[in-house]
Order: sequence, then C-alpha cells, then structure tokens
Amino acid sequence: MAKISFKLNDQIVEFESDLNRRLLDVLRDDFNLTGPKEGCGEGECGACAVLLNHEIVNSCCTPLANVIGQEVITIEGFSKTKRYEVIKNAFANTGGVQCGFCTPGMIIATESLLNKNPHPTDFEIRIGLSGNLCRCTGYNLIVEAVKEAFKVGEGLW
Amino acid sequence: MVEAFIPKTINECLSLLTEKDLQIVAGGTDVLIQSKSHTSMLIGFKKDVLYINQIEEMKKIYEDDMYIYIGSTASLESIKDNTIVPILLRNTILEMASPAIRHTGTLAGNIANASPAGDSLVSLYILDALVEIKSLNNTRLVFIKDFIKGVRRIDLSSDEIITKIIVPKLVFTNCYFKKVGPRLTDAISKLSFGGAYSVDGKRISDIRIAFGAVNIFVVRNRLLEERLIGKTVSEIKLMIEEIISWYEPLIKPIDDQRSNKEYRKEVALNLLRSFIESLN
Repeated sequence: MAKISFKLNDQIVEFESDLNRRLLDVLRDDFNLTGPKEGCGEGECGACAVLLNHEIVNSCCTPLANVIGQEVITIEGFSKTKRYEVIKNAFANTGGVQCGFCTPGMIIATESLLNKNPHPTDFEIRIGLSGNLCRCTGYNLIVEAVKEAFKVGEGLW
Repeated sequence: MVEAFIPKTINECLSLLTEKDLQIVAGGTDVLIQSKSHTSMLIGFKKDVLYINQIEEMKKIYEDDMYIYIGSTASLESIKDNTIVPILLRNTILEMASPAIRHTGTLAGNIANASPAGDSLVSLYILDALVEIKSLNNTRLVFIKDFIKGVRRIDLSSDEIITKIIVPKLVFTNCYFKKVGPRLTDAISKLSFGGAYSVDGKRISDIRIAFGAVNIFVVRNRLLEERLIGKTVSEIKLMIEEIISWYEPLIKPIDDQRSNKEYRKEVALNLLRSFIESLN
C-alpha cells in the first residue's frame, strides 16, 4: 500500500491504495465515478477515456502510479464546464447519442481534440475520435456534433 | 505480493534495477494489457514493477548538429508533434494506435516490445536509429537492427534500461510510410512498408527501403540499396522487375488471424513497386 495523491475533477485527492491498479478501477470503485466505462479493457474502444493533463487517455491501460501528482478529469468533472454544455447540446441536437455507452468517451475525445485544435477539419475530427468506437450512430452524426460544437462554442477553446 | 517502485531520477531507477528483477512500465499501454487480470483486481504483474513515467529527465526531446535525442518516456504524441523529429518518424507515429494511446505510449515501449509488427521499427531501421542503454555502471549505444534479436527478444539485460532513442539527422528528398491494417486506428499491421530517397541532380544519392511484419525482423538490406545509388531515376525505373526479384526472397510472411502470407507478400511487393514508380 502507498499513499497516493493526485488532482481529480478539480480537487486534490489523497488515499491509501495498492499502486498496481488500473486508473479505471480506482475511479469506478474508490470514487464511484462510473462515467468512464469498461468496454474492451484493451485500449481499443475508448469507453473508459478520461483527460490526463487535459489530453485523452484510456483509463483501462493507465496504471494508477502514472497519475500521481497529475491532473485527471472524468466526464463527471468535465460536465461542470461551459465547454461540456456546448458539446452535450451539439450531441443531442445532431443525434450523436443513441444508447449512450460510448458517449462519455466521445465527449472526452471531443474536448481533447478541440483543446488542441479549436477548428478541426472533417479529417482531423475523424482522427481525433478514431480511438472511440460507437455501435449505434454510424459516426457521421457524431462528426456533425463536433462541428456544431466548435461553431456554437467559438471562443471557448 | 508484487511491490511497486516509482523512481524520480535515472540514477534511482538504475540502482533499483541493479538490486531487483523488475518489470519496467512506462505508459503501460502494452504491458497492462499483457498483464491483464480481471476488472477491479490488481494488475496481473508476475514480478515487482518499476514505473518510470515520473522520471522527468527521460521525457526530453532535443537535438544537436548530428542527432535527435528522444527520451524513452516521451509520449508518442509529443514525438509526433515535435518538428525537430524526422518527418518519416512523425508520419509513422500518426498511423500508430489512437490519440488516447499515443498520449501515454512511448517509442521505447514499441521497440522493447519487439513485435515483428511494431509500427515504428520500419522507420527506425530506415533512419539507422540508435538505442541508448544504461545500467548503473555503463552506457552503451546499439543500432536498432542489433537491438532487436528476435520475436519479443531484445539486447537488454535485467539491470539495464533504454534511456533514449537517437535518430541521425538525415534529409531525404522524399520519404514514405504505409501501414496496411483493417482500420486506420488501433490496428495491428498486416504489413508495413517504408521508403526514403535523396536525389542529387538527376542521380539517386541515397535510397532506403524497409518492410515490416513480413519476416521475424524488419526487412532492410543496405547492399541491395547500394546497387541503386548513383543511378538516375529513369534507370532505376527500368529495373523495377529486377528490384522486385531482389526483395521477393526476403519477404517471408506468416499466416495468422490478421492476414495470410500470400496477401502479405503480394501487397508488400506492390508497395515496393509503387514506391519505385513514385521516384522523381
């Protein structure tokens, strides 16, 4: 067991834990943050995506040891921001959400993309979301959602 | 009970490696999956773990007159976005994994994994990259082609660690990397191909050709490349069938769940043909 400390959703958290755990399990089991989901558990589907220092990572293949002293934002933390409101509305307006299982990861991927590139081309959007699988929408509606988000949210990124 | 260590400096890291037999973890994107256990359980490491991602001095990417130095815990994305890194390597990384994995996965990890399908290897072979390896009392440099000793076998002893990838500053007239996979992102290569050349006046002053995932090792042969150096582009284009026949016996792919040997061989040689046709 080791004393762990990192910034989680705008708060410094300190707790005792074994170090050899996946960030995904820590978020879901210790902090009841169930927005990040376990889809494939192998880094291929993006359902477990979170922001680590404002960049998308898969929490299923990020060891807890690697977030010590860093900043982690889950969809729960991100949902308190204006950027989230804009992205959420765009996903709803365009039909970019159906079953919703991939949506937290898709929104995290959108934020990570726009944070780095506020005016992406269609191709850049598809690259930005390429690590996130959706089995409902066929992706085009999600790409539309991202386009609407950065237009409506001009100036937020 | 598996223990974990998180050194902050290279020296601390090397001391730990001297004392214990440790599983090295950088980004974790391969090792965590290879050591997967069950949801909510501890990661299934078989031995004590050395987490090296908190060693800031190993994250740096810098250059001097001759070389680019890439620290072994620099993320793939930070390498891709760094304009001092050769364009061939940056273009290769763009086709590796996904943004989420590139933010934590490392180039040293892709090398140490030593998979014949490792995407970065083709470009690193073309660039004649060096691997810097340190132990507490020694630093050595090994060419990438000598560092990879077989499928998942590398020239690294248990008290050593990769500290840098060193890439010579080479300027090519043109370079090309193509990965063939079922999906643009998160795909393991069926095969890959890389080519680079320089033209001096009308003559080819350097040419480099490499294939990935079609043999145990990346296929690259300097003697064959040297046969082309000094010739004009049009002379080389007339030799296209001959060049393909040089490489044909070196392409020895396998059948597996991702592809079969016939497909791999045919596409590999087609990519070579298209590369030669594109010379100008």
